[in-house]
Amino acid sequence: MLEFRKDVFADERDDNLNVVGKGLQRQDMPGHVTGRTRFFDDHAFEALRHLKVVRSPHHHARIRNIDITAAARAPGVKRVLRGADVPLNKNTLLSLINFGKDDEPSLAVDKVRYKGEPVIAIIAESEAAALAARKLVRVDYDPLPTVFDVEEALKPGAPVVNETYPHNHFEYHDKYDHQKLRFGDTERAFREADLVVEERYQMSPIEHAPTETNGSIAAPEHNDRFIVHSCAQGLFFSLGTTAKILNLESNRLHFVGGTVGGGFGGKVDTLTEPLAVLGAMLTGRPVRYVLDREEEMLYGSPRGAERIYIKDGLRRDGRIIARHVRSYFDAGAYTRLSSYAGIKCTAHIPGPYSIPNVSSDVYVVYTNRCPSTAMRGFGVTAVDFALEVQMDKLAHAVGLDPVEFRILNAYRDGDMKPHRRVAKNTALIECVQVAAEKAGWPLSPEAKRRSSLAGGGGERALIRATPLDERGRIGRPETRTAPSHQVLPAGTQRIPVSKEPVSQGANDGRPLPALVPLHESGRPAAVPPPPVPAPAYQPALASQPLPISTPTYQPAAASAPAYPPAPPSPAPPPAPQTQHGAVRFSSVFGTRRR
Amino acid sequence: MAKLPVQFRLNGSDRAAFVDPAENLLNTLRRGLGDFAPKYGCGQGTCGVCTILIDGEPHLACLTLAIACEGRAIETVSGMADGADLHPLQAAFMENFAAQCGFCTPGMLTAARALLAKNPTPTREEVIEGIAGNICRCTGYEPIIAAILAAAGSRDVRRA
Repeated sequence: MLEFRKDVFADERDDNLNVVGKGLQRQDMPGHVTGRTRFFDDHAFEALRHLKVVRSPHHHARIRNIDITAAARAPGVKRVLRGADVPLNKNTLLSLINFGKDDEPSLAVDKVRYKGEPVIAIIAESEAAALAARKLVRVDYDPLPTVFDVEEALKPGAPVVNETYPHNHFEYHDKYDHQKLRFGDTERAFREADLVVEERYQMSPIEHAPTETNGSIAAPEHNDRFIVHSCAQGLFFSLGTTAKILNLESNRLHFVGGTVGGGFGGKVDTLTEPLAVLGAMLTGRPVRYVLDREEEMLYGSPRGAERIYIKDGLRRDGRIIARHVRSYFDAGAYTRLSSYAGIKCTAHIPGPYSIPNVSSDVYVVYTNRCPSTAMRGFGVTAVDFALEVQMDKLAHAVGLDPVEFRILNAYRDGDMKPHRRVAKNTALIECVQVAAEKAGWPLSPEAKRRSSLAGGGGERALIRATPLDERGRIGRPETRTAPSHQVLPAGTQRIPVSKEPVSQGANDGRPLPALVPLHESGRPAAVPPPPVPAPAYQPALASQPLPISTPTYQPAAASAPAYPPAPPSPAPPPAPQTQHGAVRFSSVFGTRRR
Repeated sequence: MAKLPVQFRLNGSDRAAFVDPAENLLNTLRRGLGDFAPKYGCGQGTCGVCTILIDGEPHLACLTLAIACEGRAIETVSGMADGADLHPLQAAFMENFAAQCGFCTPGMLTAARALLAKNPTPTREEVIEGIAGNICRCTGYEPIIAAILAAAGSRDVRRA
């Protein structure tokens, strides 16, 4: 039975609520039980074409030659798409929020980087015809050395998976090899600890296995637009991605969706929409691109595997005084959303525990595996599993009950988190107390008395002195060459989150992507693309970077009494040229045209 | 490839289609006749989302040749409700939140319908056996089992 504990957060609760506890019918339920809910594939079209892709049989290989002649002549085949047909054949999902470099082609051109990577797309009158023609495509490959292990991939001399990131790791802010967290002096604390425990955790990739496989149907609509029935979990994210890849104004795409036949994170990658729309543009017909079950299981991006090392220093009384986490997130061959997972992972460290010295290094690593993506708390789920298993091991090591051990180390209101935020509304102690009570787990009177509201703050609210690491890589850019022994008050060092947008053909000097020629019956397939029309309207902001103030956090002297006052902050360096994500949006799609 | 004619009853109406000799019934129902209630999930008979009734027996439409259905009576979830009146199983699925994304629901309802036709008062174990061929990735099955038991008037409904 559900039980409401109204005593928790009582002072923050507005009790004028009238929905919780009542049965309400979901608005989509009648459609589900009558079979009337329309999923993306549940739409009838006259002259529907079917798109199937030729995938790489190699984990890593150079493409020497592609011969599509026989496939193009096969019965029922209407069009064969190559990488050269895709206007902007390089993209990264988070480019829409100006994060990361374009690194993934829609159709591979020079190289394949994972087994199952799409190389050629065939559009035919029937699925059977497309599948038959798929066997007629000849691709000559030169297999290349492969790397599948995250730590092997970071070693010098490892095969370069993704040339956009030649060191096999994602580059945070275009220059850092990992996402770093430093709070206090973990190394010194390890030396002072009574006990140090280090463990290694290895996760597995997990396929979402939605009952409905990934797919979409794109069809020419009136007014020169394209309707796209999509299973995307982020419909407008998918629309933006498709518009960018096809160099289309976003208002020419009419995305219809919201009925997702199981997603769990596996339908945010826009795996099918760009090629389906491109097919509809080039053939003038509705084009359906649906993964079959085998493709979904083998090549639909999974949850990324993570390798996590956790090192903890403890006092004999059971208090954790230092925690270091080193994590390697297996992105597979392309970034997709793994860069974001690395940030989420860092934000979750050290778990809901008050630890005075915390450091972490989270690497997002490229390997010749299928690119990984979002899945149910990705970035956090794995590290949280590792942290909680570690907590059990630590409790055992100091001879404490694992439940009491958690209560002892839990955050309380007023504690300083390693991310320089004060913990508020903490409730781990209360949650654990209730869980122990429900499970009939005996707690000591002391553990029963403890509260998240008492004993926090004070000493536990201090931001401890944080040394630069041996490479001087924490701190503002101008302090980065400082000797490694230099100690700065933590929190004064904020790396400006800004960089030049990197988009092939946007404004980095590379040629603009071609526009897709519209289908005209009787027109030969290989017409050179028309020149890009001059932009009629250039948003002023696109050429004028928004001023970005570099936030510099100066702890008030009273709040950090234990440390020497912060040296006067030197004049901030000129803000690097940067663009706000919203500005990028218009520049991503070429230019905004009327 | 020469197409072949096939006629059958679909949800009580006579329907005819021209099909490829190797075409499966799922494709004929969905792309040929526009009944999108049965879904494609695996094409290999392992997930159950294409479950339909042929002469009252549950079958997997993805593994059934369309031409083998000549003269048969096929029922899908599209014909399950009597006008605006939901079938008791449909009502029970709604009341028990037995659908989340809704993709497995047509197949699940059809399997449950076949089960109750044979065994109007199944035990919880018999319900589990009855839907063993249908995969649901969202609900964890408990609400579905509860809904089927509720539709059968069973008191053996365990609520989570």
